[in-house]
Amino acid sequence: MESLDRGRRAAGLGLVVLAVTGGLTACSGSPGGDGGAPAGAGQAAGGGTYTIWDPYPQFDDSSDWVKLLTQCGTQAGVTVKRTAYDTTDLTNKALLAAQQGNSPDVLIVDNPVVSTLVEAGVLTSTDETKIDTSAVSPNLLAAGQIGGKTYGIPIGANTLALYYNKQVLKKAGVDAAAVKDWASMTAALEKVKAAGKKGITFSAIGTEEGSFQFLPWFWGAGANLTKLDSAEGVAALSLWTDWVKKGYAPTSVINNTQTTSWQEFATGDFAFGENGTWQLANAKKTGFEYGIIPIPAKGGGTAPAPTGGEFVSVPVQKDIARYVASQKLVTCVASTGNSLTTTTTLSYIAPTEEVQATQVEQNAELKVWVEAVKAAKGRTSDDLGTKYPKISEPMWKAMQAALSGSQPPQEALTAAQATAASAVQ
Amino acid sequence: MVVYLLAFYVYPLYRNVDLSLRDYTVRSFVRGDAPFTGLANYAKVVRDATFGPALWHTVVFTVVSLAFQFTIGLALAMFFTRSFRLSATLRALFLVPWLLPLIVSSSTWSWMLNSESGVVNAVLAAVGIDPVNWLTSPDWSLWSVTIANIWIGIPFNLVVLYSGLQAIPSHIHEAAELDGATGWQRFWKVTFPLLRPVSAITLLLGLVYTLKVFDIIWIMTKGGPSDASTTLATWSYRLGFGNLLPSFGPGAAVGNLLIVIALVFGLVYIRAQRRQGAA
Repeated sequence: MESLDRGRRAAGLGLVVLAVTGGLTACSGSPGGDGGAPAGAGQAAGGGTYTIWDPYPQFDDSSDWVKLLTQCGTQAGVTVKRTAYDTTDLTNKALLAAQQGNSPDVLIVDNPVVSTLVEAGVLTSTDETKIDTSAVSPNLLAAGQIGGKTYGIPIGANTLALYYNKQVLKKAGVDAAAVKDWASMTAALEKVKAAGKKGITFSAIGTEEGSFQFLPWFWGAGANLTKLDSAEGVAALSLWTDWVKKGYAPTSVINNTQTTSWQEFATGDFAFGENGTWQLANAKKTGFEYGIIPIPAKGGGTAPAPTGGEFVSVPVQKDIARYVASQKLVTCVASTGNSLTTTTTLSYIAPTEEVQATQVEQNAELKVWVEAVKAAKGRTSDDLGTKYPKISEPMWKAMQAALSGSQPPQEALTAAQATAASAVQ
Repeated sequence: MVVYLLAFYVYPLYRNVDLSLRDYTVRSFVRGDAPFTGLANYAKVVRDATFGPALWHTVVFTVVSLAFQFTIGLALAMFFTRSFRLSATLRALFLVPWLLPLIVSSSTWSWMLNSESGVVNAVLAAVGIDPVNWLTSPDWSLWSVTIANIWIGIPFNLVVLYSGLQAIPSHIHEAAELDGATGWQRFWKVTFPLLRPVSAITLLLGLVYTLKVFDIIWIMTKGGPSDASTTLATWSYRLGFGNLLPSFGPGAAVGNLLIVIALVFGLVYIRAQRRQGAA
C-alpha cells in the first residue's frame, strides 16, 4: 500500500514536471492567448493536469459533479484529475500532502477546517490567487476569513432547522407556526408527550457533530463561544437537559449522530427532529407528512445555526504560475451559472443571493432553508479560527455531562470554560 | 526480512516516538520543523484531567474483560471436551463472534443496548425491570462496552484453551480418577496446573489485544458520555484525529504509553517462562 502510494506519487510528480514544462512552453508560445477560449481542446493537452480533491466520494465519474469539474478543466485549458476522500480523512490527507510538497491544485474542504489549514500555511488567500468573492453572502464567507484575509470561496451552504411530523403535531393539538421561541417550543413538546408521542430528537454525541447541533440553541440564547459558562450558555444547556429529564427528548440523544437521530425521527413517533438540508431527500421517503421550521431563538425569531458546507480553496504551490489555471477552475466551479447545478447536486443552499432566489423559485420548500442560511454563522467566524476546535471539545463534553446527569449545566459549563480558556491561550 | 522489519516496524515506531517528543502544531507538522521538547507531551498528557479516568477505565476494561473471557472460555472448553452429539456444530457456532467484523458486532451491540428501542431494555421491561441507559449513562457505558468485548473475546479463549485441554493426555485423568480424586479436585490439581502454559499465553495475547481495543468503544459510545468509557486507546485516537485541530504529539505520547504497558507485561511473561524453564 505504502509503496504503491509512493509509486503513484512518483508518477504524479513526473506528470507535474511534464505539466510545468508543458505549461511554460504553452505560455511562451502564445502570450495572452490563455483567455479561456473554448477552442482549447488542443491547448488542454498543453495545459497539463490539475488535481482537485473533494470530500464527495458518493459521486463517481458519471455524476453531474465530476462532469462539471471536467468541463471547467476544459474551459481553463487543463486536464482535471479529481480524487474524492471521506470528509473525516481529508484534513489529515491535505496536511500530509502539504508536508510532502504535493498538495492538490484545488482543495474542497469543510468550512471549519479552513482555519486549521490556514494555520498550517497550506492555503493561499484569495488576494494571491485573485479569486473574486464579492457576490458571496458575508456571513458564509466569514468562516474562511482569518486576520482580514479570505482563504477560499464557499461552494454552498447547509445548516440546521427543525423537521416536524404533521400528524403527530395534529394529534397533540400543536400548531407548528406557533412555535416561535423556547417557551412555545417547550410547551409544544409537553403537549406532544401528553398525547403519548415523543417530543424531539437531536444529536448530542461527543464529537464535533454534537457541538454543531447544540450551537443554534447556544447562539439562540445570545451566548458567545468565548464564554461558555455565561448565563445565556447555561440557559441553552439547561433547556436541553430539562427536555431529557422530562422525557421530551430520549436519552439516546447522548449517543445519536445526526444520522441515527434522523432514523429516530423517521420512525414517525417523534414530533420534531433537528437536522439539516441534506435530509430533504430522505424526508420524502418517510411516508408521513412533514414540515420544516427554523430553530427558534430564546426570545423569538430565527436562531443563528452553524453553517455546514465546503470551501473551494487553492493550496500553496511551489510553482505559483499554477494559480492562474487554478483560479479559473475555482471561478468556474463557484460561478453563478454553475452554482445552481452544484448546489442542487450537493443539496446545498447557494452562497449568493442571486442563486438562492432562483433555488426558491424552483423549489418553494427551500425557502425556510434559505432563511436559515441567511441567519447562520460559521463556527470559526468572529475571528475564532483555530481556537474554535479547542472550545468545541470542552463544550461537547459539558453537554454530555449535563445530559447524562453527571453534572448540572452550570457546573459542567464552568469546568468547560476553564478547560477552553487554558487551551486557547 | 531486515528491510521489511525496518520499513514496517522500526521506522513507524521511531516516527511515533519522535512525534511524541516534539511540539507539533499543524503548522510545524507541514513544515517539519517542530521543536524538540523532550518529555513535555508526556507531562502534558499525564497532567491532563482525562489521564486518570482513562487509565482507570483501561485497567477496569482490561481486567474485567480478561477475567470473564478466560473463565467463560475455559468453562466452555471443559464442556466441549466431553463428546456429545452436535458438539462440533455448537463449537462452530461459538466462533461466530470472532468471525464477525468488529464494526458489525459493535453496531449490533449498540442497537441492542439502545435505551429507547433496544432489545435488552425490552426484555428487562418484560420482566418488570426499569430500563437502563446502557450507553448514555456514565455509570453504565463502561460496563456496556466491556460486556460487548467479553462476548467478542470468548471464542478466542475457547479455541486456544480447548486445544490446550486436548493436549493433556487422558491417562493422567484416568490415573487421578483411580486415585479417588473428585471431579473438582481433578480440575484444580491436574487440569489447571497442566494448562498453565496455555493459560498464560492466552491471557497475554488477550491482554495485548484488550489494551488496544478501540473500534468497539468508538462505535458504541465514542468514549462517552463525557469520557465515562474513554480508555487510553480511544483517547489517543481522539487527540490525534477526533478533533478539527489534531494534536499529534500528545496523541502519539498516549499511544506510546500503551505500547510500554503492553511491553512490560510481555517482559513479565518472558521472565515467568524462563523461570519455569529453569525450574
